[in-house]
Amino acid sequence: MEIPKIIGAGLAIIGVGIGIGGIGRGAMEAIGRQPDASNTILVAAIVLAALVEGIAFAALFAVN
Amino acid sequence: MLLSASFANAKEEEKKQTLQEEITEYVYHHVQDSHDFSLFSTKDKKTGEKIYYGFPLPVILVDEGLKFFMSSKLDHGKKVVESSGKYYKLYHGKIYETNQEGKMSYDEKGEVTNLKPLDLSITKSVFSILLVSMLMFMLFTSLAKSYKENNQIAKGVGRFFEPIVILIRDEIAIPSIGENNYKKYMSFLLTLFFFIWFLNLLGLSPLGVNVTGNIAVTFGLALITFLITNLTANKTYWKHIFWMPGVPVWLKPLLAPIELLGVFIKPFSLMIRLYANILAGHIVLYSLIGLIFIFKNLVGSSLSLVLVFFISIIEVLVALLQAYIFTLLSALYFGFAVQEDDH
Repeated sequence: MEIPKIIGAGLAIIGVGIGIGGIGRGAMEAIGRQPDASNTILVAAIVLAALVEGIAFAALFAVN
Repeated sequence: MLLSASFANAKEEEKKQTLQEEITEYVYHHVQDSHDFSLFSTKDKKTGEKIYYGFPLPVILVDEGLKFFMSSKLDHGKKVVESSGKYYKLYHGKIYETNQEGKMSYDEKGEVTNLKPLDLSITKSVFSILLVSMLMFMLFTSLAKSYKENNQIAKGVGRFFEPIVILIRDEIAIPSIGENNYKKYMSFLLTLFFFIWFLNLLGLSPLGVNVTGNIAVTFGLALITFLITNLTANKTYWKHIFWMPGVPVWLKPLLAPIELLGVFIKPFSLMIRLYANILAGHIVLYSLIGLIFIFKNLVGSSLSLVLVFFISIIEVLVALLQAYIFTLLSALYFGFAVQEDDH
């Protein structure tokens, strides 16, 4: 029963990686389009990344 | 010949296993709170016993009256301490009540069944928190005084801290809480930011304390945020939880439990985020340092040394980022609590 748990956590973390990558891409594109709004965009991106990151930690704790 | 070679291999394997186990034990010992402030330890070559270098901290127990002694008496679990008719022993970082010989009793699962007294000791984490609080108090009161003496212009170390304080006010507090209400939350937000930041940086220093990676500490911080959010909340906030405006009537009772759950999930996620980030950072760093001793050759060890260096730099960034995120999200929650009804 140990192996499926670890694989599941790994899959969840891959998902989180894709998610944070998507947020980063979106933020960079938005800054490229509107450099003036870079401050607002960056703050929003960091908050969103922090929220998505929580899922990775939930997965890590589920394994333990 | 072949047999002896495979035997040597097996022996080497066994040795490796014990080294790995030792590193794992070392990492877990580091991330846990302890009753003494040991900076490093060496092994006695003859007896194989560990010798710790550091200083002891006071132990305070509540067990039919207050018990007080220094943790050097416990001698890292080797000695039994007698205090007004009762005996105590340190076992895996926790203090248990025991008899004169220091006997531990276990149940079928191998868990300790000895009684545990209420432990209010000044442990490593508590000591670090007190240290950082004192440092912050001295630093910021002297800064406040220097403004008065110097015509409201920052001088010395104030020139470094002023932009950070302004940043928290202009980028965190005002946009998330609003012009009218931000002032009463500023003192808490600033304290929170600098407290977490300093503790994170202290954790990266060679002192090896892991305070913000302790779930009890982050629970305390999140609890304060939770209490402030809910105790300063206005009517609009509670209305949005129990009777959400702007949605069909049949949906309102369905939304209420979800919103109510959200009240608790928000500080819970704050707690987990800070705890897990810092703990994971510490474990990764220590594991990479442990790799140096596992490789034991020039290429592997120098590679992991470079890796440790880069991860350390990333951890300095994470220390700041986590303090920023905790403050920012707290400010957002305060913002929800004092939002005015504008629709």
